[in-house]
Amino acid sequence: MPLLWLIVTVLALAGAGYVIARMRALKSANGDIRNLHSLPSYYGSNAAIKVIVPALLVLVIWLIAQPLYVGSVVSGMIPDSEIGEGSSRDLVLAEVSRTADGIDAAVAQGVMSEAQARDGGADVEVLTQRLKDAGQIVTGAVTPAKLAAAQRMRVLADTARQVMAVVVILLAVAGLVWALRETEKDFRARNTVERSIRGLLIAAASIAILTTLGIVLSLIGNTMHFFRLYPASEFFGSLTWAPSFGGGSQLGIWPLLWGTIYISFVALLVAVPVGLFAAIYLSEYAGSKMRSWAKPALEVLAGIPTIVYGLFALLTVGPILLSVFGNDGLGWMHGTRAVLTAGIAMGIMLIPFVSSLSDDIINAVPQAMRDGSYGLGATKSETIRQVVLPAALPGIVGAVLLATSRAIGETMIVVLGAGAAARLSLNPFEAMTTVTAKIVSQLTGDNDFASPEALVAFALGMTLFVLTLGLNVFALFIVRKYREQYE
Amino acid sequence: MTDASMPSGGKAAPRKSLMIEDARTKRRNAAEKRFQAYGLAAIAVGVFFLVVLLWSILASGLGAFQQTFIETPIYLDEAKVDKKGNRNPEEMSKTTTFGYAPLIQTALWEQVQAAGIETPFTKSKEMKALLSDSAAAQVRDYVLSHPEQVGETVTFRILAASRVDGYLKGRVVREDLARDKSIDAEHLDVVDRLVDAGVIRKQFNLDFIVGADASEKRPEQAGLGVAMLGSFYMMLVVLVLALPIGVAASIYLEEFAPQNKVTDFIEVNISNLAAVPSIVFGILGLAAFIQFAHLPMSAPLVGGLVLTLMTLPTIIISTRASLKSVPPSIRDAALGVGASKMQSVFHHVLPLAMPGILTGTIIGLAQALGETAPLLLIGMVGYVATNYPDGLVSGFMAPNSAMPAQIFEWAKRADPAYYERAWGGIIVLLVFLLTMNIIAIILRRRFERRW
Repeated sequence: MPLLWLIVTVLALAGAGYVIARMRALKSANGDIRNLHSLPSYYGSNAAIKVIVPALLVLVIWLIAQPLYVGSVVSGMIPDSEIGEGSSRDLVLAEVSRTADGIDAAVAQGVMSEAQARDGGADVEVLTQRLKDAGQIVTGAVTPAKLAAAQRMRVLADTARQVMAVVVILLAVAGLVWALRETEKDFRARNTVERSIRGLLIAAASIAILTTLGIVLSLIGNTMHFFRLYPASEFFGSLTWAPSFGGGSQLGIWPLLWGTIYISFVALLVAVPVGLFAAIYLSEYAGSKMRSWAKPALEVLAGIPTIVYGLFALLTVGPILLSVFGNDGLGWMHGTRAVLTAGIAMGIMLIPFVSSLSDDIINAVPQAMRDGSYGLGATKSETIRQVVLPAALPGIVGAVLLATSRAIGETMIVVLGAGAAARLSLNPFEAMTTVTAKIVSQLTGDNDFASPEALVAFALGMTLFVLTLGLNVFALFIVRKYREQYE
Repeated sequence: MTDASMPSGGKAAPRKSLMIEDARTKRRNAAEKRFQAYGLAAIAVGVFFLVVLLWSILASGLGAFQQTFIETPIYLDEAKVDKKGNRNPEEMSKTTTFGYAPLIQTALWEQVQAAGIETPFTKSKEMKALLSDSAAAQVRDYVLSHPEQVGETVTFRILAASRVDGYLKGRVVREDLARDKSIDAEHLDVVDRLVDAGVIRKQFNLDFIVGADASEKRPEQAGLGVAMLGSFYMMLVVLVLALPIGVAASIYLEEFAPQNKVTDFIEVNISNLAAVPSIVFGILGLAAFIQFAHLPMSAPLVGGLVLTLMTLPTIIISTRASLKSVPPSIRDAALGVGASKMQSVFHHVLPLAMPGILTGTIIGLAQALGETAPLLLIGMVGYVATNYPDGLVSGFMAPNSAMPAQIFEWAKRADPAYYERAWGGIIVLLVFLLTMNIIAIILRRRFERRW
């Protein structure tokens, strides 16, 4: 594994640099540590940092850029005639790179010599047979042009890897030399090292920005791609969701959005009253003994993974509802998967979320307001209803909005409990589906990410992202504003 | 002027003792009681849901840890398994599992006859319905690794068919047999007698915890082990990446960051990322790591990267809280004796905040361990978890599943026998989560200092 060896070499150079620079610094101070500007280990660390950071940075950038460059060169070699009906340049390129990987593996196994692998005039049939003998999966039609591209790809990648190794090691050595040259007793090693560490800390903190950027870019890029294949007016205007991978799909978002909102509504109908009253009781009435067991018990519900709630919906809630509302009972329900099934399970999941947020908010209402109310002769419940709750209302609204955003983004419960049929209906006993459930179903299985049926998932993801982000920002704004009122 | 001297206007209310409630007070007190009852009811409902949830997990899942086995002595017939008679495993491996199935069926049939069980069956072939398809492979593997045993009679503990297992656990009932093609009432009569004879028994099934997933037709053989390894490698990736990055980011934001627009922007980003639905991280993983970076699909490495991005906000938020709880006097003291800012943070503040950071990290890991949705998008679905990874590299790079994804896969399969396994898988998952949370609580109790 040459890449591993390259990294090991750089690390070894860094280790050597640490030891040498440390010794050199001590020597320049005649072995008396008091004559040094910094502690000796800082001189060592300075050398190690100067070896590692530039070399590995270049390595990482190179590894990202190399496939892009090789791909663009090779894709220029593929004549348009090679790109068949229903195919695209990217797909052919993927095939070429698979062939190149296959040749690599065959060479590694010793089935093929390097000269045979590079032979420009090689017979396609013979080569394909060799690859098959080596146990490589060869796509149906390896044409001469594709083979030539694959061979060129290998040569290019090979050269690039060699150049990369040389460049990285040269950089590491240059860093070592630089660090050793500046190492002497008056060199401000600690300041240099601390500056680099600070740089690392900043880099770590910016990963949050990079992640957001990554989310936004991956969503926008693929969504744009989707809208080039499928009109946006249909996506936002059509009331039917009927994907068919053969083509002629109707991909209207409204049935999914309706399912999402309906299920979230049912969930909130369960979670908000229970969570809110639980929070009121725990913060205003319950003694410390009850608080000490009831609060953790409710919070256990929050620690349970959503897959558990999904299974609970499918195998416990659904059958119970069916036995009451199904054909044996009232005859309203025809399957275990329904809006109500998913909604109730999701509501249970959200109870601790609503209760702990509301608890915080109710506790933040100043005691003086309660005391004032008691002083006027109000009972405890009158105080809560007429003084505490109105004061806490904005915060509670914020909490409910956060819970809503949770409900909208929840996936596993609806995938297992809500069903797969997209419907615009008011009947809570019918199966419906949601945005998240459809993202999962459109993106699992083998897709080439080129058909509108697969790409629609990115547009759905974008809708979901915008929706939850908006709700969160709004909710946090309300909560923050409310907090400031009493601080 | 005092109130007493005021002329009382209108009709004066008759004086009553304060001890006697009037109608209005009664109403108000009743409202108070009602309100309190609502609160209690809400808590009761919440706890009731918790109890129902835990009860249905335990009641439906504990069965998965037991499996029905058939104990039977099998005569390893040389004519069937080693036709050339030279005990060469390479040549013996030409006999496929189809060659072994009759041996097992004959062995069981002989036991049925030996036990004196009256059945309408006449042929050993009809024992097939009682045996798992995996039995032949099990016997074959044994013979290939112990060629010297050929020609002798060896007692095997083989898996019973899923329907037999279901019958013993009460999942398969006689009333439904009419619709069931794979077993009939006569078979179940034989099963009853064999249970009496001690041939068929329910035993603890370690393979459920350490085994690999099986095909859809063989629920009796499916296990969680490979998916567990997948989860383990993912958690390694998360721990190795999320802990240092999260701590570094928190240190910068808490100790060094100047109050400016960039810092604000980072903080807003972190708090928003904490609330982004997990499935969106799955989309990010698919687009960034698989579409763009061409990392392999279904690899625990990719899963770990996605979960790292997802847990980072959690870890950063809890780390910042524990850094903040270290009093400024510690920093001042360090600066006072001549440490640099960096030294005061890394030598003094960070070690003191470590228990809190570890607690937050463990809780973040527990969250990541239970996450399913993003893994589905990057292809970590259950049916790929059929082979153990060969080594460290393939552990990270070879397609694998994760515990929650495996549970999801089982829940989707049509055979109800898989539901029991899904619940059982949930018990295993919850045991892991419980352990992690208990460790976090102990860490917090033992090491966290209140200043």
